[in-house]
Amino acid sequence: MDLTPAAEVVELRSTFARLLDNVSSPERVRAAEPLGFDADLWRRFLSIGVPTLGVSEDLGGHGANLLALCDIAEVCGRHLAAAPFVESIVASRLVASRGVASDSIDRALLTLALRPVVDGTARLVPAGAVAQGIAVLDDDELALLDVEPSMTAIANLGSMPLADVSVRRTTGRRVLASGPEAYGAFETAKTEWRVLTAASLVGLADGAMQLGVEYAKSRHQFGVPIGSFQAVSQPFADHATAVEGARLLALRAAWAADRNDPTSRSLASMAFIFAARTAQRAAAHALHVHGGYGFMLEYDVQLFFRRAKAWPAVIGDLPGEVDCLATVMFGPAAGAA
Amino acid sequence: MDFSLGAQAEQFRLEVRQFLEAHMTEEIRREAWRTGTLHNWELHRALAQRGWIAPQWPVEMGGQGRTDFEMVAMNEELAAAGVPNDGRSTTMLVVETLRVVGTPDQQRDIIPRVLGGDILICLGYSEPDSGSDVAAAKTTAARSGSDWVINGQKMFTTLAHESAYCFLLARTDSTVAKHRGLTMFLVPMDAPGVTFTPIETLGGQLVNVTFFSDVTVPDSARVGDVNGGWDVMTVGLAVERTSPIGPGPLLDQVVGWASAQPSDGGSRRIDAPHVRSALANAAIEAEVARLLFYKSVWVGTRGAPPVVEGSMSKLFGSEAYNRVLADIIDSIGPEAIVSSPPNGTSVGGELEHAFRYAPFYTIAGGVSEIQREIIATRGLGLPRSR
Repeated sequence: MDLTPAAEVVELRSTFARLLDNVSSPERVRAAEPLGFDADLWRRFLSIGVPTLGVSEDLGGHGANLLALCDIAEVCGRHLAAAPFVESIVASRLVASRGVASDSIDRALLTLALRPVVDGTARLVPAGAVAQGIAVLDDDELALLDVEPSMTAIANLGSMPLADVSVRRTTGRRVLASGPEAYGAFETAKTEWRVLTAASLVGLADGAMQLGVEYAKSRHQFGVPIGSFQAVSQPFADHATAVEGARLLALRAAWAADRNDPTSRSLASMAFIFAARTAQRAAAHALHVHGGYGFMLEYDVQLFFRRAKAWPAVIGDLPGEVDCLATVMFGPAAGAA
Repeated sequence: MDFSLGAQAEQFRLEVRQFLEAHMTEEIRREAWRTGTLHNWELHRALAQRGWIAPQWPVEMGGQGRTDFEMVAMNEELAAAGVPNDGRSTTMLVVETLRVVGTPDQQRDIIPRVLGGDILICLGYSEPDSGSDVAAAKTTAARSGSDWVINGQKMFTTLAHESAYCFLLARTDSTVAKHRGLTMFLVPMDAPGVTFTPIETLGGQLVNVTFFSDVTVPDSARVGDVNGGWDVMTVGLAVERTSPIGPGPLLDQVVGWASAQPSDGGSRRIDAPHVRSALANAAIEAEVARLLFYKSVWVGTRGAPPVVEGSMSKLFGSEAYNRVLADIIDSIGPEAIVSSPPNGTSVGGELEHAFRYAPFYTIAGGVSEIQREIIATRGLGLPRSR
């Protein structure tokens, strides 16, 4: 047992932390709304090789494993970075593993439709409004679609660049896999998305907590800091505990996935579900302790509150995720379709 | 980064599991349940024969030099097998303290008997008017020549009826701040003036009210400095950190039961959507509890006492246990509330018993509110609240 991150992970994390401290301030996050995409930030991501950061070295990438990527996803989450780090990483790993050359995607913004195509359309695809390539599961085929990004999002709670993607309006289509292989690759990509999104949500939750805690220390009512009231402070203790638990669970899932451990799928689902619940509760309390100010758009806590609910929703409904976990853990229910 | 306990710990786990297969019987479980005495002398002595009362201690002190991760593996196995372990855990808390602050005479007299599995020591901290505010103890110890005369009353003394000594927190100076006027003593339970009466509890666990009426002990029964009792007590609280708390073992049992084909030919419980959801959600909570526990152990191995991490582990594990159990009972319905002795094959009785016992976890060893206060002030830097 050793929870010390590797030296190169610490270095990578601090590289991203420095970058985001400089160019992903709350003002920049606001300025990128409603599309939720900061082209300048994405250019900087490109300059440090984000698209192929997680692609293995023998496929021409930088070879960062999920454990390392979790740490960066957490930093991105904490800054509410308006560039699709997780989607880019997961989609690039997916297409590279299916034979797409790294040097053809190392400047590309790729994403993944987390839900299969229905009637020729992938609905509400994360980063779908800004991506140049979208991996989709279309019937029993896994394909990479070349698209002209609309740069217009379907307006949404999290100010995310969501878009519907039609498989008919593309400039190119490359089949990555079909049949069981397609489903297998799609599931692996979703597992990775769950792990890294869990890590992002941990960062988001931590960022929201910090806003709430600092406010509770400085805001005085009845002559004392409101953080000295147990009704204010004790929920923070529960949320801080849950955030720490969510962080460990995301790292544990990444560690298992990096080792191809058979428990990695269930751990990824657990990490995702727990992080989604934790982030929402932590952000809600952080907003609530701000009182009326928390309800003002001018205060940053609302940026966290909205995204905590919105980020996890793009994969599907949360009870469905719990069902999915139950199937992985206990096998399919007898009598179920 | 490595989330495994390591090959050495897993090897030790197997040894402990084999030992328990031979020594931990259904009869022991049943007896503990029936009597409320969560201690079994035969099993305790068998552990002692293997050198497993304090295997974490160095060899020259009667231990086996086991690592904290080996201890985690051992304690997980004890918990999974339902070993009645209260005697070992209260006693170890005391001798861990004696190891640090006891006199050579105390160490020579007490420690071999503890490691040999011959005696237990109970804790005399809580009183009728002081639980969480343990430093407000009113039990007094007054000098009488070279002796001390003790008067007062202690609450919830687990295993007083099986113990050779009580590790007693007493007030020796009432003119100073409450934390600064306390002293610890090892009081023989057979000393004249010590009496106790049982308290029946919701979870069936037998605890006691212990009375001290003009109990005279020599100064050699004092542990640590006069009026240094608070610091002595803190030593014991800091060392106990390798016992898991959380819904893991209970959940494994319920999943096993729910996955089995019922003998009446009906459908498996785990095929019902609401049962599957409850158990999947419970598995998440169990995993988080386990990871927070491992983290606190790991932090402890690096030198600093895991104060905030320990509180997080205790808070989450005990609260999760209660949440999970309530949800599982809701999902199963009438069979879950039936009382019966444990028989290892049916969940009936196990859940009912667990539900009665569950509030213990969020109360004993520092209530959840105290843990939250520690996390909020020492972890998050929030102002102390009153």
